[in-house]
Amino acid sequence: MSDALSLTAAAAAARVRAGDLDPAELWDGYRARAAADDHNAFTWVSDAGAATVDRDAPLGGVPVAVKDLFATQGVPSQAGSRILEGYRPPYTATAVERLTAAGAPLLAKTNQDEFAMGSSTENSAYGPTTNPWDPTRVPGGSSGGSAAAVAAGSAPWAIGTDTGGSIRQPAALCGIVGLKPTYGAVSRYGMIAFASSLDQAGPFTRDVTDAALLFGAMAGKDKCDSTSVGLPGPVELPRRTDLQGVRLGVPEELSGEGIEPGVLASFTATLDLARELGATVEPCKLPHAPHALSAYYLIAPAEASSNLARYDGVRYGFRADGARDLLHMYTETREQGFGAEVKRRIMLGTYALSSGYYDAYYGRAQKVRTLISRDFDTAWERFDFVVTPTAPSVAFALGAKTDDPLAMYLNDFCTVPMSLAGIPGISIPSGLSEGLPVGFQLAGPAFSENALLDAAHALEGAIGFDSAPWRTA
Amino acid sequence: MLSRDQVLHVARLARLELSEDEQERMSEELSKVLDHIERIAELGDLDDVPPTSHVIAVENALRADEPRPSLPAEVALASAPEADQGGFRVPSPGPAPA
Repeated sequence: MSDALSLTAAAAAARVRAGDLDPAELWDGYRARAAADDHNAFTWVSDAGAATVDRDAPLGGVPVAVKDLFATQGVPSQAGSRILEGYRPPYTATAVERLTAAGAPLLAKTNQDEFAMGSSTENSAYGPTTNPWDPTRVPGGSSGGSAAAVAAGSAPWAIGTDTGGSIRQPAALCGIVGLKPTYGAVSRYGMIAFASSLDQAGPFTRDVTDAALLFGAMAGKDKCDSTSVGLPGPVELPRRTDLQGVRLGVPEELSGEGIEPGVLASFTATLDLARELGATVEPCKLPHAPHALSAYYLIAPAEASSNLARYDGVRYGFRADGARDLLHMYTETREQGFGAEVKRRIMLGTYALSSGYYDAYYGRAQKVRTLISRDFDTAWERFDFVVTPTAPSVAFALGAKTDDPLAMYLNDFCTVPMSLAGIPGISIPSGLSEGLPVGFQLAGPAFSENALLDAAHALEGAIGFDSAPWRTA
Repeated sequence: MLSRDQVLHVARLARLELSEDEQERMSEELSKVLDHIERIAELGDLDDVPPTSHVIAVENALRADEPRPSLPAEVALASAPEADQGGFRVPSPGPAPA
């Protein structure tokens, strides 16, 4: 039993297809682990028996855990918020539908920061998730439940969403692989919205091959999301084991000041490995990257303040009792239903969009977004990929940053520039610092996922990181 | 620095009823975040830079305006805190302004 659960998802699927493994064994084994849930990674675990699985399906019956904010028909979907208390959607998100159709049944829903606002999974109505490497520390966020579930071995793989780093940063802090695809590669239909011009779904996996397999099954144009875009070609499983001829750019703005020494040491060691594999590594400039965080914390809250206007106690979820009149019902429902961070972002976004401030804040942030995209376009003239540490630090202690919003926001320093430019980024574990995992980020031009996964695969082989603390625990 | 009055104004716009405590905290926290954010003023004149609202070039998606199946009303109403007579019941908006 435990043998089958220690396989990567791709290896398990291959065994199922070959007839060497009964998918019911995977279902029962993972369901038992998810139900035990030592890290509060899950908000719901299926209590169904193993379904009949088509053994020839691409994902071979290997079950998947899904972030709470994906709508799943008849299954609680609250985006970690009290304001959606009791909500069971009447439909399922396209990304989840596609995974089910490809042979990955829904194992569980995972914990997250409320409406994906946060970098630690402490802002959840379900309480915080803890890091499987050290339960006194955060798993990162906002998709911390998905990251912790995979790192703890309670799910073979999972999906989450990334608006400014919410896949890459928790993947880094939990020592697993996380891919944020190009904006539009995966349908947003059925994802409870945070910031619609930035939100993108992607996989959390034990290795890069699993990431390619899961991403390939969820990607593609969807008539229910007019901003979804078909990929230029099929997603291929990565094969590459060298980096001959690959040009890596190291943006000095994202790889020096503000990065913890232990994280920088792992980053530098990984650059040495890349050179040994044949890559050229040279400094590059993203001159506007230092302003990305400011632009992001105007654009994302502005979009959120608009998206979250729909939570008014009328159509779904929580409604406050005892209101004097309609307006009072709205304001009391929102006061009691939203957590502190969500209110903060709604306030920030409403302020940035309000009369007299729009041009100086939101309008200006959109222009900075253009400058950041241009910086990357210039980088692609000389480089195939840009590489940075994924997060400036290893996993921090629970509660360490909850009273200081700005300190929390600075976690996204290395991941927001890619989000604003809509380009893909992947975090792979590069080693340990103080016994905790460090993430290495590779980012490439829009729709370069196949090349990005290939390069990540080559590096992963050279690094040889064991992303499974539970195996030795 | 965001004043208490500004906080109350924005809270009204956002349909949030903030407690006294929250008003004070919001004023401090947002001011600190805005101080950081306002560094984008350092970039100077951006008059020639077009804004980006969407990163990927997408065409407007049009389809024929033909009726298609949609959620039955009772399914759409099933999650409502208070559904009644095929609609969403809400409190009275209160007396009409004089």
